[in-house]
Amino acid sequence: MSTAPLLDVRDLEQRYTLPRESLFRPPGQVRALNGVSVQVRAGKSLGIVGESGSGKSTFARVVMALERPTAGHVALLGRDLNRLPADELRRARRDFQMVFQDPYGSLDPRQTIARIVAEPLTVLEGADRTTFRDRVAAVLRQVGLRDADMEKYPHEFSGGQRQRIAIARALITQPKLIVADEPVSALDVSVQAQVLNLMQDLQEQFGLSYILISHDLAVVDYLCDEVAVMYLGRIVEQGRPEDLFERGAHPYTRALLDAVPRARAGGGRRRRGAQAIASQSAAAAGCPYASRCALADQHCREVSPELRKVGEGHLAACHKAEAVMALPQAAMEG
Amino acid sequence: MAERSDTPLIEVENLGVRLNTSRGPAQAVRGVSFALKRGETLGLVGESGCGKSVTALSLMGLLPDSAVVTGSIKLDADELVGLADADYCRLRGNRISMIFQEPMTALNPMHTIGNQVAEPLRRHKNYSAAQARKEAIALLDRVGLPDPARRVDAYPHQFSGGQRQRITIAMALACEPDLLIADEPTTALDVTIQGQILDLIADLVEERGMSMILISHDLGVIAENVQRMMVMYGGTVVESGPTGEVFRRMGHPYTQGLFRARPKLGARKGTRLKTISGTVPELADLPSGCTFSDRCPLVIDQCRAALPPMVDVGPGHFARCIRTDVSMAERVGALTA
Repeated sequence: MSTAPLLDVRDLEQRYTLPRESLFRPPGQVRALNGVSVQVRAGKSLGIVGESGSGKSTFARVVMALERPTAGHVALLGRDLNRLPADELRRARRDFQMVFQDPYGSLDPRQTIARIVAEPLTVLEGADRTTFRDRVAAVLRQVGLRDADMEKYPHEFSGGQRQRIAIARALITQPKLIVADEPVSALDVSVQAQVLNLMQDLQEQFGLSYILISHDLAVVDYLCDEVAVMYLGRIVEQGRPEDLFERGAHPYTRALLDAVPRARAGGGRRRRGAQAIASQSAAAAGCPYASRCALADQHCREVSPELRKVGEGHLAACHKAEAVMALPQAAMEG
Repeated sequence: MAERSDTPLIEVENLGVRLNTSRGPAQAVRGVSFALKRGETLGLVGESGCGKSVTALSLMGLLPDSAVVTGSIKLDADELVGLADADYCRLRGNRISMIFQEPMTALNPMHTIGNQVAEPLRRHKNYSAAQARKEAIALLDRVGLPDPARRVDAYPHQFSGGQRQRITIAMALACEPDLLIADEPTTALDVTIQGQILDLIADLVEERGMSMILISHDLGVIAENVQRMMVMYGGTVVESGPTGEVFRRMGHPYTQGLFRARPKLGARKGTRLKTISGTVPELADLPSGCTFSDRCPLVIDQCRAALPPMVDVGPGHFARCIRTDVSMAERVGALTA
C-alpha cells in the first residue's frame, strides 16, 4: 500500500436511538456499525456482503456523507467528509456518487432523462442546463443509450435501461468513487449481466472505484478486488474474493457460501443447519456470531475476537480462523 | 386416495390467459400444458412477465375478472376453468393453497397470527374456535416458530421476515392441501434464511404427500428443489423436463442464455458475463412466431414464421425450438463446471 488510499474509513460507529419504552430507563439503541475500518485504493473495488441488518446500507449512507457517524471518520482523497463545511462538502460530492437499488424509485418520473442526468452538474456548477447537453449526450452513449433518449421520461424505459440512466447520472461528474447499493438485484437475470458488464467496462475506461453492496456473493465476486463480509455492524472477514470464497476463515462466510443454491444437475437438497438471528441492540461480551456458530466454545462466548491477519491481505475476526481455513470448501460451480 | 394415485392430481391442457393491460389486451399465457401427480414437484422458471405467476394465479382462480381463460385445468378430473366463485372458495386454501412472495404483505396486520392460521380451519373444516386455536399452535410449532403457544396472539409486525414466511406456510398448510403453489417464496429473504425455508417446504411436501409447484427466477433454487421443471418465456413454455435432465443438457437457447448470464461464484474478475441481447419484451409486443426470436443468437427466418412445436430432445425432455440440432451441439449446463 504505497500510495494513499482513495477512501479511508476508520473505526466507524453509528448508533440509532430506539423509541423510549419506559420513563425510568434510558431508551435502547441499535448499534448499526460497530467500529468499521476499510480502505479503498483508486481503481479498485470493494464489495460488501452480509444479511439484512448487518449494517451494509448504513455503511453506504455514512460513506456518502448522507448521515453523520456517531464516531470514527471517513476521508476521501485525504479530506475528512464530516469536518467539511456544507458548501465544500457539496462541491466534494463530485468525487463520490451513488447508484441505488430500485431503478423505478430513484428517477423522478416528471423529469426528462436530460434533466435527470444533468442534475448533479447543475447543482455543482450552477450554469444553464442547455450547455450541458453535449456532456449528457456523451455520458448516455457511454452507458449504451442513444442521444434521442434525452427527451424521454423514465417510464419509457425498462428496468435495465433505467439502471443505465442512474449510472449515467452518477458518471457525469466524473467521480472517483461510485457507491452502488444492490445495483442489479431488482433486475432480471439476463439484464443483470448487461449492467454488470457495463460497470466493469466503465471501471476499466475511467479508473473508477466501486463500493458494491450486495447480498449476492457471485455479483461481488464478479466485480470486486476485495470483499468485506459484515455481520451485526462489524467486518468479520475481509480479503480478496478468492481468499474468502476458496479459503474462508470465518464460519459466517462459510455459512453464507453454503446457503447459495447451486444451479447444476443432480444438485438435490443439501441440508443446512438451523440458525438463529442475533439481536442488533445487545452489546454482549464475546463473539457476536457465537450463538449461531457450530465451532463456538466458552472462550468465544467470553472474549470478542479482533479482526486479525490470517493470510496476505486476508483478515478475519475469529479465534478459530486457522481451523476454519483448514476445512474443505463447498464445491464451486463453473 | 391410493386408488387415484395413477391419475394426475392436476392436469392443465392448452391453458391460455388473456389480460387487459394499459396497452390493450395481451396474451399473458398461451398453450401451457402439464400434469402433476400426487407427491410430484414442478418448478416454473422465467423472468418477469414470462407468465409464470399468471399461470399460478389461474390455478388458484385469482385472476382479475376481466381476464379471459381458455383451455382446461382439471383437479382430480374436475374442471376448474369457468367454476363459479363460490365453488372456487371451497377449494382455495383447502385443496389448493399458495405461499406468496412477500411475507410482509401477505399477512393482515390487524389480526393475530393465530387467527390467521386458524381461519382456513374454521372456514373449511368447521372447527370450533378452541379446536382451531389448538391446531394453529401445532402448525406454528411444525413450521419452526419458537414458543408458538405464547406467540399465537402476537401480530405480524412482531415477527421478522423469515418468521412471517413460516407463518404464511402454516396458513397454506392448515387444511392439508393436495397442491401447494409457492410463488417465489424466498425472494424477499436473506440467503441463509432462504435455505431454511426451502428445507421446511421440502420436508412438509414429503411428509404430507402434497404436490408442489415452485415458481422462481433463480435456477439454483429450481435445481435443488423440484423433480421436474418448465422454463417459460413470453407466456409459453420453451423447455420442460426432469430437472437433472434439463441441467445436464439445456436444449433451448433461452435456457442456455439464462444459465450463462448468471454471475457464478469462482468466476474471477475480468471474465465477462455472456448476456442475452435486448430486453424482456412486453406482452403486447411479443414477436410473431417464436417468442424468443428477437433475442436469439441462432434465429433464422423460419423461427419468425410460426411458434415452433415442442421437440423431444431427451427422456421426458422437450424444447420449443427448431434449432436444437445447433443449440444442443454445444453442451451447456452443469457439466461445463
